[in-house]
Amino acid sequence: MGLISNATTVFDNGSMSAGFGGSMTFIKKLTASSSATLSFVHGSGGVDFSTHKEYVFIFNNLHPQTDDQIFTFQGSIDAGSNYNVAITSTTFFANHNEADSTAALGYQANFDQAQGTAFQQTSGTTGSDNDQCNVGILHLFNPSDTTFVKHFICRTSIYSASNYAVDANVAGYFNTTSDIDAMQFKYQSGNIDAGTICLYGIA
Amino acid sequence: MTVISNGTNLINNGAIDSGIATGAMTLIKTLTASSSATLSFVDGASSVVLDDTYDSYVFKFINIHPETDGAELEFQANAAGASGFNETITSTSFEANHKEDDNETGLSYITGGDQAQGTAFQSIQRNAYNTNDNGVCGTLHIYGISSTTFVKHFMSNMQSQQLDNVGMSINYFHAGYFNLTAAIDEFQFKFSSGNMDSGVIKLYGIGG
Repeated sequence: MGLISNATTVFDNGSMSAGFGGSMTFIKKLTASSSATLSFVHGSGGVDFSTHKEYVFIFNNLHPQTDDQIFTFQGSIDAGSNYNVAITSTTFFANHNEADSTAALGYQANFDQAQGTAFQQTSGTTGSDNDQCNVGILHLFNPSDTTFVKHFICRTSIYSASNYAVDANVAGYFNTTSDIDAMQFKYQSGNIDAGTICLYGIA
Repeated sequence: MTVISNGTNLINNGAIDSGIATGAMTLIKTLTASSSATLSFVDGASSVVLDDTYDSYVFKFINIHPETDGAELEFQANAAGASGFNETITSTSFEANHKEDDNETGLSYITGGDQAQGTAFQSIQRNAYNTNDNGVCGTLHIYGISSTTFVKHFMSNMQSQQLDNVGMSINYFHAGYFNLTAAIDEFQFKFSSGNMDSGVIKLYGIGG
């Protein structure tokens, strides 16, 4: 929006946006509907991985088509042609079941990667009961940098197939100095029935 | 914001809101404790929005000071149309700690801080020290509260100082879900014992 008085521009749309916009900028929302994958690709659909130093993905009520599925992500350095960047990561979970028979905190060696190129697992296995889903937040730092590796920090909360609450914490880095220009999300098997992923840039 | 010239509205608030990007994290409400037993955020009351306007909501706690030594900061919710702040929760709880004299560090699951289908207030921080210079700080993120299909997940990360012969820094992590499919539209915060002497809780909406 601009303000024009007697044909003179008092302030234009750009100045208003620059002056009033917050430091957390909404970039893109993808809504799953029996989707095999959800992808954010630089230059496509308003996605821009080159402007901000930090990007935040928020997962809201993601529901798997198939029971007992792990939600995963990978990055791309070729605009989404391949999602297979080398990752080294750490994973630890806290879990507690509804029956109150198990409660634990521990490192999850089966979920981390050591220079692996697989999709990074973000959590334990989400159930596909109608009310089960997973949520969370993934921070990706400076993906357009061409000097440093690309760090990420992810925390998710899931309602597991076996009726556990799981607090999953994953962090690590894409071991590349190439720019990350696309990110893809999917379950290990089956579609993402429902839910949204929003991408934000942090100024 | 409205632009008014000589009593005439040039631009009204609605035009500003629709025309200018205001950012994706919107401050909805700030509540300030002053010897308060509880602080509550209720959709539709005092400008509070807790509905499908935003994808998720974030509460930020700034130096909440307990009246009573050793109190736990807790929260609960009401489903839309319900009362009593007693929804069913399954949750996890763990902490990292480090003493000021460097003689102890730890990382452990806290069985007393979780719930298994419980309806009590959910602890998000434990054993707050009530000396004058300690306040409880942190963040609680709640997802998809307006859904009538899914459970409602939450994740918190809180930081405080505790006294165990010497001072100790404690970083608490809680997560879990309200095990209900009804929408949630009210949240309440309190200490397990005593009032909130001071401090603020801010509610933000996150969404595009």
